[in-house]
Amino acid sequence: MTAEAVWEALAEIPDPEIPVISLVDLGVVKDVAVDAGTARVEFTPTFMGCPALEVMRHAMEQKIGELGLDAEISVRLDDSWSTDDITAAGREKLRAAGFAPPAPRVAAKLDLVQLQRGFRCPYCGSTETKLENLFGPTPCRSIRYCESCRQPFEQFKTL
Amino acid sequence: MSERTDLLLSLADDELILGWRNSEWTGIAPFLEEDVAFSSIAQNEIGHARALYELAAAELGTTADELAFDRTPEEYRSAPLVELRQLEWARTIARHWLYETADEIRIEALKASTDEAIAGLAAKMDREEAYHRIHAEMWVDRLLGAPEGRERLNEAVDELWPYALGVLDDELRPALRERAEAKLGRKLPDVEAVPRGVHEAELAELWDEMTIVRRSAPAGAQW
Repeated sequence: MTAEAVWEALAEIPDPEIPVISLVDLGVVKDVAVDAGTARVEFTPTFMGCPALEVMRHAMEQKIGELGLDAEISVRLDDSWSTDDITAAGREKLRAAGFAPPAPRVAAKLDLVQLQRGFRCPYCGSTETKLENLFGPTPCRSIRYCESCRQPFEQFKTL
Repeated sequence: MSERTDLLLSLADDELILGWRNSEWTGIAPFLEEDVAFSSIAQNEIGHARALYELAAAELGTTADELAFDRTPEEYRSAPLVELRQLEWARTIARHWLYETADEIRIEALKASTDEAIAGLAAKMDREEAYHRIHAEMWVDRLLGAPEGRERLNEAVDELWPYALGVLDDELRPALRERAEAKLGRKLPDVEAVPRGVHEAELAELWDEMTIVRRSAPAGAQW
């Protein structure tokens, strides 16, 4: 069994809270190594308080078990993951499901002015949108409102 | 206990207790957006606490849950600022902003640590905390923008100032004063800091509520 086969299996696991995107599309799986019947996976949470963390770990163990391998899952807690690591396919899946993808990380300190920019509405494509609330239904999302199609929508926070 | 675990527990206890206090607005904040905001901030702070407890637990040979819930209130290392029960909005905002400002200074120092695990975790926390700071500053600007809000916020800040100083070690306190005074556009009083290690009476009450499920379940219960 190769690491590639494990990557393929993990790519079938949906994000527990935004099931349109897989863990691999999300970029949270950092490393996979297979050695003598054991798959070692390193992954990182999006937000550290994300309650989906345990669900993700359990789903990965199960998928790897189905391949006939033992799973060793470790969590990496540093700044090595960014929303910039979400794949292009993943961003498109988010947009199609009504979530505006995250803006790219910038070197400058994050401020309200950047967050108040007119991000593109995932429904009608207008940039006549405004920030409604920095915080949303999960730690990784903000709430915005589209003035053109009068639709509230969620945006993945830049991390 | 090493200096490192002492530091980790101070940070973790601050985040856990403040997370708990922030969650007290869940369901009763002045409007829905703030209900969501304070709940989300609480969730982040408790997530940080868990990661910090895990680092300390690895060194102490215990678990994050045992550190979070199985100590007595006297054993917590939280700063008194986070222990206070704030049931008034201007005071809540004052505490939120003072804590986030102090925490930013502390995180900046930790990111430069030679301890890779601590520096890495601090960098990740910093990304999330950026949203808390923006939220806190937005509220300070809003309250400063009208006479009643200004008066109530300033009064709350003056009262909490000695507590805010107590979040940080001596050498980091001047930076807090500088940033806080710049934002408020006025001088803050010269006072003694309320130090870590002395607990507010409200902590025992919070602890009682926070640990009741854990204490009532048989040891080793799985959730």
